[in-house]
Amino acid sequence: MNEYVTPSADEVSLYGDRVRVYPRAVHGIARNFKWALLIFCLAVYYILPWVRWNRGPGNPNQAVLLDISTERFYFFGITFWPQDIVLLTGGLILAAVGLFLITSLFGRIWCGYACPQTVWTDLFMLVERWIEGDRNARMRRDAGPSTLDKVWRKLAKHSVWLGVAFWTGGGWIMYYVDAPTVVGDFWTGQASYGVYGFTFLFTATTYVLAGWAREQVCTYMCPWPRFQSAMLDEQTLIVTYQGWRGEPRGRGKRDVIPAPVLGDCIDCHACVHVCPTGIDIRDGVQLECIGCGLCVDACNEIMTRTSQPLWLIKWDTLARQAGLAKGEIVEPIKLVRPRTLIYLAVLGIAVAAMGIGLAMRSLLEVSVQHERAPLFVRLHDGSLRNAYTLKLVNKYTHDVSFTVTVEAAMRAKLQVAGSTDAPADAITILVPADSVGAYRVFLDAAPGGVEAKNAEITFLLRDTTDNILIKRSANFIGAGKPGGG
Amino acid sequence: MPTKIEKDVISGRETTGQVWDGLRELNTPIPRWWLYTFIATCVWSVGYVVVYPSVPGLFGYYHGAIGYSTRVEVNSQVASIAAIRARSMDRIEATPFAQIASDPKLMAVAMAAGKITFANNCQPCHGAGGGGRPGFPTLASDSWIWGGKLEDIQTSVQHGIRNEDPDARMSQMPRFGVDGLLKPVEIAAVADYVLALRGANKDGTDVTAGGKLYAENCVACHGEKGEGKREVGAPNLRSAVNLYGTSKDAIIAQISAPRQGVMPGWNARLDAATIKSVAIYVHSLGGGE
Repeated sequence: MNEYVTPSADEVSLYGDRVRVYPRAVHGIARNFKWALLIFCLAVYYILPWVRWNRGPGNPNQAVLLDISTERFYFFGITFWPQDIVLLTGGLILAAVGLFLITSLFGRIWCGYACPQTVWTDLFMLVERWIEGDRNARMRRDAGPSTLDKVWRKLAKHSVWLGVAFWTGGGWIMYYVDAPTVVGDFWTGQASYGVYGFTFLFTATTYVLAGWAREQVCTYMCPWPRFQSAMLDEQTLIVTYQGWRGEPRGRGKRDVIPAPVLGDCIDCHACVHVCPTGIDIRDGVQLECIGCGLCVDACNEIMTRTSQPLWLIKWDTLARQAGLAKGEIVEPIKLVRPRTLIYLAVLGIAVAAMGIGLAMRSLLEVSVQHERAPLFVRLHDGSLRNAYTLKLVNKYTHDVSFTVTVEAAMRAKLQVAGSTDAPADAITILVPADSVGAYRVFLDAAPGGVEAKNAEITFLLRDTTDNILIKRSANFIGAGKPGGG
Repeated sequence: MPTKIEKDVISGRETTGQVWDGLRELNTPIPRWWLYTFIATCVWSVGYVVVYPSVPGLFGYYHGAIGYSTRVEVNSQVASIAAIRARSMDRIEATPFAQIASDPKLMAVAMAAGKITFANNCQPCHGAGGGGRPGFPTLASDSWIWGGKLEDIQTSVQHGIRNEDPDARMSQMPRFGVDGLLKPVEIAAVADYVLALRGANKDGTDVTAGGKLYAENCVACHGEKGEGKREVGAPNLRSAVNLYGTSKDAIIAQISAPRQGVMPGWNARLDAATIKSVAIYVHSLGGGE
């Protein structure tokens, strides 16, 4: 039998199991800010669909509504049409550049405080702590046998989680359909399959992502931590362990004489125990750190208890820390740097472009299409008819009346298809509020030979309330030979 | 091949006992959940064979416990769609034209049904959008032979023109040239007169003789001023649109040996509501009266 090298146990475990994280409760400035932002974000999410906004009769009165069925996005006083999708793109650019700017200034505070994954995970951890107790109690119970106490606590926790998840999933649906209506429909079985389906989907994702997946979403699923290092530099404010002050870490009394060679860190692991992603901040900047600063709070508690100066773990820049480690006098934190200025400039340009785009957005849109089959029709009196479809978009909440005339080289009269009015030089078309109308219009060129040739013509549409003139050029297709013979 | 099942040092599991160039394979059974799923599918398949049509025989097949059939399912789906359509189509059949026009929802259904039916049945001759072809009338124009009111169009579609249907629109123009009723010179004179009726006699030819012949032979159907008579399908000779052409040659040809088109009746093929819908669609093309 051939010999082969036995690999060590470390090399074998290529697929390591998840190390379960049991974050401990903590109190302090970062935790308070995190609670405040959590309450704010959740309040906005759950309450916003219930805010009403009067848009007049026949229009939805929900302040924020993404109405898929009628293809409208209502946002307070503004109504977006599918044609305004470019503004959505602009909004996403704003969000991205804003995130870059904030990250280059203050590190991953989005991840630590405002990201939905963080907010809901925090909420789920709160529920967990209420029912199962703090870190030590949870670890002890999980390691122990399945007692009645363990079973009912687990059942209770998952029930509350599912309840919160359902509330979240249901809240999501309310952004797409009228909130009071869908709540009624949902419980009476009247809602659409889509409503039930998406409620189930978002209930499931909330439960799985915030209850089970937690920090794994940030570490393995989310792309943002992977490229955030491009936004960070040595001047960015990040959560830092001041190694020059804390090391060498170790337990033992500091006030004996002769003083032991120990730093301020007493190696109590409080910073590790409170961390929601289960890392040791003392290892330096790392991918898993979401910058929430709970370790700052934990360490400050310990520093207070051991009567040492606070802020052994603090928000600081790498540049300042490097200087402090060498014992130099360091510069204050620099918020204004080329990187932040560039992000700010791009943000400014994007805001300006969006603002102009929103302000210049046309609330009336007109297009003229020549009908293709048939291209032209000879009438009994010898005149030649071309038919056009005028597509008129009225984004106003009031009706708009257009007077339509034509500039053409030949004598021609207009008539709305199906109208009993005689052909005339000018016709009036009423476009109801908030609608797209397609109107078939006939253009009859009087006989006389000119109608034999193709011709460029111009439709003039005048909005009779605001007196806006819209011009659209079109073609008149001639018969190729004069009429009447 | 030597088989010696041994215990692997690292994993503590057994090997398959086979060795290839010193490589040994761990005996890794398929996971339990996989195995149970597989067994479950086997059990499921038995039930499937019993419940659904499954086993072919020499003179047919086993129909399954619940007698399921895709053909029956399709038929029931077709029937349910037909029932949904019938709600609107029955109303179209029962409602007079004027009332359909004042009901936008019903009108939309009628227009949609008419458009589809027209494209499937009428378009090959009358052209897309009723644009017409030589010898086949332009339905988008306001020049009608048998009438352009909704009821006129409905009748034309129902019974057709010059076919076997006893209610079909019928007319016969004499073959003045072929049957020797008029001499070629006389036919040419009548053609000049017809052009003059339309105001197209540009070279100022004397049409007195033609007028006299017209009064003797043509007035009964085409009218004193050539305005035509729709009851007998005699076209308006003053119209700029004519089924077989408006030139002098075309008129001479039509007098000598009239071409008289045939249109099938659609009563047998389309139901009353569909024919009504087609009439509404054709009426909307631009020439409806």
